[in-house]
Amino acid sequence: MFRRKRTSGDFSAEIQTHIEIETERLQELGLSFEEARTNAFRAFGNVTRAQERFYERSRWMAWENLQQDVRYALRMLRKSPGFAHIAVLTIALGIGATTAIFSVVDATLLHPLPYPHPERLVSVEDDLVGLGAKDVGMSEAEWQDLQHSGIFDYVSPTWYDENNLTGSSQPTRVSLLIVAPNYFALLGVKPQLGRAFNPEDHSPGLLPEVIISDGLWKRGFGSDPHILDESLRLDTDLYRIVGVMPAGFQNPGRLISERNIEAWVPTSFYGTPMPAHPPRNRRNLPTAIARLKPGLTLATAQSHMDALVANLQKQYPSDYPLQNAWTVRLLPLKQRVVGNVRQSLILLLGAVGLVLLIGCVNVANLLLARASARHREMAVRQALGASRKRLVAQLLTENLLLSCGGGIAGLTILAGTKQFLLRLVPESLPRTNEVAINWGVLLFAMLVTLLAGLVFGVAPALHGGRPELTDALKEAARGATGSGAQARTRRMLVRSEFALSLVLMVAAGLLLRSFWDLLQVRPGFNPEDVTLLRTRLPDPNNPKTDLYGTTAQKAPFFREVLRRVGKLPGVEEAALGDTASIPLDRSQQDLKLISEGRFFVMIEGREVQSNEPTVVERSSVTPNYFHLLGIPLLRGRPFNEFDNDTAPPVAVVNEAFARTYWPKQNPIGKRFKQTRADSKWINIVGVIADARTESLAEATVPQIYLDIYQTGAKRLAIFLRGRLDAAAIPGEVSGQVHSVDPTLPVFDAQRLNETVSSSLAERRFSMEMVGLFALTALLLAGLGIYGVISYLVLERTHEIGIRRALGAQSPTILRMVLRQGLGLALSGAAVGLVAALIVSRLMAGLLYGVRPSDPLTFAAITVLLLFVALLASWIPARRAIRVDPMVALRYE
Amino acid sequence: MSTRDDEERLELLQGTLDLLILRTLIFGAQHGQGIARAIQQTSDEELLVEHGALYPALQRLEERGWVSAKWGVSSNNRKARFYSLTSAGRKQLGKETTKWKRLAAAIGRVLDPEEI
Repeated sequence: MFRRKRTSGDFSAEIQTHIEIETERLQELGLSFEEARTNAFRAFGNVTRAQERFYERSRWMAWENLQQDVRYALRMLRKSPGFAHIAVLTIALGIGATTAIFSVVDATLLHPLPYPHPERLVSVEDDLVGLGAKDVGMSEAEWQDLQHSGIFDYVSPTWYDENNLTGSSQPTRVSLLIVAPNYFALLGVKPQLGRAFNPEDHSPGLLPEVIISDGLWKRGFGSDPHILDESLRLDTDLYRIVGVMPAGFQNPGRLISERNIEAWVPTSFYGTPMPAHPPRNRRNLPTAIARLKPGLTLATAQSHMDALVANLQKQYPSDYPLQNAWTVRLLPLKQRVVGNVRQSLILLLGAVGLVLLIGCVNVANLLLARASARHREMAVRQALGASRKRLVAQLLTENLLLSCGGGIAGLTILAGTKQFLLRLVPESLPRTNEVAINWGVLLFAMLVTLLAGLVFGVAPALHGGRPELTDALKEAARGATGSGAQARTRRMLVRSEFALSLVLMVAAGLLLRSFWDLLQVRPGFNPEDVTLLRTRLPDPNNPKTDLYGTTAQKAPFFREVLRRVGKLPGVEEAALGDTASIPLDRSQQDLKLISEGRFFVMIEGREVQSNEPTVVERSSVTPNYFHLLGIPLLRGRPFNEFDNDTAPPVAVVNEAFARTYWPKQNPIGKRFKQTRADSKWINIVGVIADARTESLAEATVPQIYLDIYQTGAKRLAIFLRGRLDAAAIPGEVSGQVHSVDPTLPVFDAQRLNETVSSSLAERRFSMEMVGLFALTALLLAGLGIYGVISYLVLERTHEIGIRRALGAQSPTILRMVLRQGLGLALSGAAVGLVAALIVSRLMAGLLYGVRPSDPLTFAAITVLLLFVALLASWIPARRAIRVDPMVALRYE
Repeated sequence: MSTRDDEERLELLQGTLDLLILRTLIFGAQHGQGIARAIQQTSDEELLVEHGALYPALQRLEERGWVSAKWGVSSNNRKARFYSLTSAGRKQLGKETTKWKRLAAAIGRVLDPEEI
């Protein structure tokens, strides 16, 4: 494209020939050489113009101009390194931060899941709308119905479990996913070693095959290449290893524990240890994923699904009471994995984008200031014949060069700090292992760079490229530094800077207040000095070999462990509970409904319920659990040693539960039961105060506590109160547990304080990030107003000198300058307040305990911003006071 | 020396120079000065061709592929750049000529309706 077809020399030669031939012709007509030559030139017209026209026509020129502009721009930037550095650094930080956040957004929200044809993968969620219950899981019969519905290629329930891996030196816990044999075929992923399960194998029970993760292969077997066909002992049962998944393969789960699966075991979900063919309304399969048949859109699939549900309801009216309003929702699988982080991430991207924008405005301001200084240069260039287009092009080149420098620097910083930055991201954020600086991210960075260059470069270039020659001369004579139009633009830029900062600060302020309020929340239990560890009893597939099958078999274990750990040095009190009893445990929160946790209740005397929620949180605990956690008993009694597996079942409930079902009545002695035909009525013996053990943000969640000596949980938490040595305690506790049963793993030692604080990890992350961005924005806005006020003071030096000469006092001058700064800030803040109101409404879902239009936050932020504006104006104002009238007047 | 004063000559209409150049080249290859001269002569010195304007036009025609050029030797033994019509140029000339004739006739009808 840039190949030059003809040199201008060639063109000149042609013109030369023309003149010569014409001269000769005219001489032949009888003119003298001189006359002939003059006439030839006259006939030709303007030779130079013809040459110029030729030159401009050739496409080469644009390229040469660009080269020239770049060379010139580099020279100019080298000549003012201070300015260049500040501008490049501002842009680099903005672009680096924006790209960093975008790379996370790209990996989590934009990228499809890392499986073939991810658009056909869905999550199948059953709701009982009539009972207000969401995602309640499906039954085995329903799974079969879905398999044969013609809507899906494959449907696989997934069932998260933990197992004890024994056989090596130390028993460990592995996270296990029980799946249909078609699970890997469904996802379309093959093991790196060995084979996937046979999707057509529908033998009853758990198939004695296991596929392990790359992590477990490395950790447990030192990446042994001959691992296939070796046996793995999980909960005393032997499984043959048939495959090893590649590194980086994750189960598409919602929670981090669901994603980091270490072993997969196939089953068709019937036959020992599961019921032979469980009844249709027994929703024991907690989650399910499926692959749609090719060519089926989600909407079509959903309408087929709705029809199927309607059919089944007609066919089995007793299993599907109409008032339950059973529905099956098909969601894109990605939506399940990404969950609710979308809003937080978009907020972050918006925040960092605003910072970049403010950075751009600042650089634009710097450029305008520089443009004033280069006013004369531009005037001279124009006088020498540079067109306005050329001047603007040259300035724009300079500005784009700055933004490119910033972009490259930003990406370099980002690449260098990537590992560090990733550590700041909370572990629970999905798909962070997929975060990478890929082509998409690079393209984004390039676009942002270009856009930034245009945003901060266009206005200064247009201004700089329009020097009014006469004005320039006049102003030069007066010693002033800029045109009125420029000053207006700069003031407008600072105003917008303040508006943008205010929006960001308000967002950060609201998040901070939410977080603060959450920290101030009285959780209703005391996490101080409480340490917890976990262990679990094995669950063999053959119930006959289960040493801990019945509650009576478990009780001695519970008693002995409690007795032993209670005697450890420093332990003041010990209690046991199932994992559902761990307060604010985020890692397992949604997994509880598998074997414990959520519970459908039926209240005695009210067998038919209408609008009351019937799903409550259930935990099993030892009697002193409440005392250990400092949850006060309000009525009745706690559990005691007579509540055992032969005694009638009892429960302690929280106030919220009591209030929900027996408002203004004494709940003691009332009975409820699980909504299953074979379950017994449970007597309420005590009421405890509400504690925020489910979520710090939710005040009242109906909860029931059962006696672990009556229910007999297998996944256990050991609670210890006392000032304990965090380093020694896991070893000591596991020693005591092993002296009771050496095959049990003891894991996840944690202080309850940490559990509480990590339940806020995602909130903390958004708050810290937005806060950081807001502070940066505030700093930039402060610098911006400082720059503009300094410039205005400089421009008015002469005027101030005259005022002083005429007797104006320092306070008057000071007020005058400060008023100017404050005026700018106020008008910017006014616009910002309106924008902030809109933005805060959009982020209402991320807030806690504070209204989106919280007047206190809005007022405090505005005051803070105005204070910064005052401070930033103060320095130039002081300078204005010190203006010596004589010096100022001598400018004339 | 031209036989008329420049003031009396007709300024070329926009876009007609290309047509005239193509037309001139139909008689064979010619250099710039020759083309200018030919246009002036065949129009009975009616048309004013600024020789300088000829070259950008030639450049344009060359870029469009309607004329091709190469250096050769002129009748009076000077090295000159000779332009000749390409087949695309010939086709273009046909089109332009028809268009121009229709235009001229139409304008003529508007100016002197009773003559028809």
